[in-house]
Amino acid sequence: MKVQDHASAAAAFIADEPRTDWHDETLWWVRQKRDKAAHGLPEWEQLRSWASQIKDHTLSHLDHYLEEFEKNALANGVQVHWAEDGAAHNRIIHNIIRNHSIQRIVKSKSMLTEECHFNEYIREQGVEVVDTDLGERIVQFRNEPPSHIVLPAIHLKKQDVSETFHEHLQTEKGNNDPQYLTAAARVHLRDKFVHSELAITGVNFAVAETGAVVVCTNEGNADMGTHSARVHIACMGFEKIIPKAEHLSVFLRLLARSATGQPITTYSSIFRKPRPGQEMHIVIVDNGRSRQLGRPDFRNSLKCIRCAACFNTCPVYRRSGGHSYHTAVAGPIGSILNPNLDMKANADLPFASTLCGSCSNVCPVKIDIHEQLWKWRQVLVKEGYVAPAKKLGLQGMAWLLAHPAVYRLAGKTGRWVMRRMPFLVNNRLNPWYKQREMPTPPAQSFRDWYLKNRKS
Amino acid sequence: MKVALFVPCYIDQFYPGVAVATMELLEKLGCTVTFPMNQTCCGQPMANSGFASASAGCDKNFIASFRDAEYIVGPSGSCVLHIKEHLHHHEEEAAATKIRQGIYELTEFLTDVLQVKELPARFPHRVGLHNSCHGQRGLHLSSMSERVLPSYSKPEQLLQMVEGIELLKPKRVDECCGFGGTFCVFEEAVSVKMGKDRVQEHEDNAVDFITGVDMSCLMHLDGILRRKQSRTRAIHIAEILNANIR
Ligand code: SF4
Repeated sequence: MKVQDHASAAAAFIADEPRTDWHDETLWWVRQKRDKAAHGLPEWEQLRSWASQIKDHTLSHLDHYLEEFEKNALANGVQVHWAEDGAAHNRIIHNIIRNHSIQRIVKSKSMLTEECHFNEYIREQGVEVVDTDLGERIVQFRNEPPSHIVLPAIHLKKQDVSETFHEHLQTEKGNNDPQYLTAAARVHLRDKFVHSELAITGVNFAVAETGAVVVCTNEGNADMGTHSARVHIACMGFEKIIPKAEHLSVFLRLLARSATGQPITTYSSIFRKPRPGQEMHIVIVDNGRSRQLGRPDFRNSLKCIRCAACFNTCPVYRRSGGHSYHTAVAGPIGSILNPNLDMKANADLPFASTLCGSCSNVCPVKIDIHEQLWKWRQVLVKEGYVAPAKKLGLQGMAWLLAHPAVYRLAGKTGRWVMRRMPFLVNNRLNPWYKQREMPTPPAQSFRDWYLKNRKS
Repeated sequence: MKVALFVPCYIDQFYPGVAVATMELLEKLGCTVTFPMNQTCCGQPMANSGFASASAGCDKNFIASFRDAEYIVGPSGSCVLHIKEHLHHHEEEAAATKIRQGIYELTEFLTDVLQVKELPARFPHRVGLHNSCHGQRGLHLSSMSERVLPSYSKPEQLLQMVEGIELLKPKRVDECCGFGGTFCVFEEAVSVKMGKDRVQEHEDNAVDFITGVDMSCLMHLDGILRRKQSRTRAIHIAEILNANIR
């Protein structure tokens, strides 16, 4: 199936305007909660600077910190695996599962496993993995990817959830009561937790000096999964590393406030060593990150702590929905990460922005997101990933604007045509005119006025 | 004070009144204003579409027009920001640097360079202020809701000097209007939806006018207002600051 580009998918999303308004307002409400939390801390901007500096420092000494982390994790009795890409990541996990011949597997939220398309892969291997984050479970039932990295099912309303649960959990048809539905999910997931033999989790931070990984969830599902499982596999992109445990005091404060406006995530669990009898693995994944690290203009996108504040603030994301970005990580940050993974397939994403700059200013680690969007556009044009008609149009425009006399003639002719033959412009071939009036063309330009009124 | 007026191409062609107001206002405030006659465009439409590499001719023309100017003032936050951030030319780097440092958006020129404390303006209407993103987040014409920093607004400071004006803010004080350059046609659906939402919040305040520092955002909002036959109109801030309706 051909993937729709962002503009067409967004148009389809917006066609249901009440739903779009609901989506926009719900996420704007999260953004406002974040504002309140941020404004409650006079040292907010200081925290952002520290977070940004710690990440910058870490990214420029990544080899050192990754080795330190591995050494300490091994000393803690954890098995460390290195995966160069998504396929290797999936294979490594599959091997661990096979070696233990384990059937009951739970997974808490991990955007990395989404990025590696782990769910599809493992299903093809005939293994069932149950997502235990409520939102992720809902989209997993529906066979959809998450539409938001923190709120995976934010594109769905309670009616949709009710239908899904009716189909998969045999809840009452038409009962949309959120409490009833969550209770059903709770019973369903409790059973999965109790019998889980292997738990996969993501990683929010990996502390080099201790070899520990930190997992933040509001539902406690990572903890419930790992507590009963014989095997714990934690998966992380290599940029999750931070040098010291004390740096968590910066990142945990920023993460929760930026993500949901909470002062602290409900569960911030530090996993350092396996419990007696348990086996613990950490899979460290590259999957294009080295390449991104090698791009001076884009390397600092790897500072991202996946808080999704840039999603919630983005006026385009709120009105187009996560699926319109056709990638695991949507939103503004996804639009600067995904061209690195596949430039051709994701060439539309850096253009899905007005460059308003809200994302860069909301970002807790100060990634210059909107400037990178601009820079990706230059790269994509240079590499030839822009439609020929657009290329021709913009090159023609550039030529015209480089020649003042031609520009003046074109302006004059254009205005004349618009005044005498408005139907040439005011028609359905003009995307401006579809829902907006054109400006009323004046008889004279400013230059004409200036010649008459100031030059003589 | 000598000022070279930078009139963005679409203002020259479609909104000459905005440029006239800018010129008259600067003259009223004691500036000697000239308009370099061969100017065309700042190059932003190409650059924001990924074609910065194609705009060398346009950049060269801009440099030729403004190389001797001490102060360059333009009534458009977004075009001024583009020049400040991206004007370069391999043969003319010194001149380009001088221009990048000497260019001002109108309201920042009024508050920071001329340090205007009062204006001979009167505009007895209800006016909604639209914060254009490039002026706000790029040129820092005002503080923004994302950051935890002291709040201020240069456009608002000036509008408050206008007699009879009643200034109103929309619910979301600084959300983007969705114009976004070529975004407005390549992402037509999102662009229009964003614009409709901005317009609605201003209409909820029953304003007569929506104003701002960027005519491009206002052109987009005005297009939507006129399509829905609203009684609200868009008007550039220069036209209000230069107004003297008795
Ligand atoms: S880019 Fe910044 S705001 Fe966006 S998810 Fe990452 S850390 Fe959060």
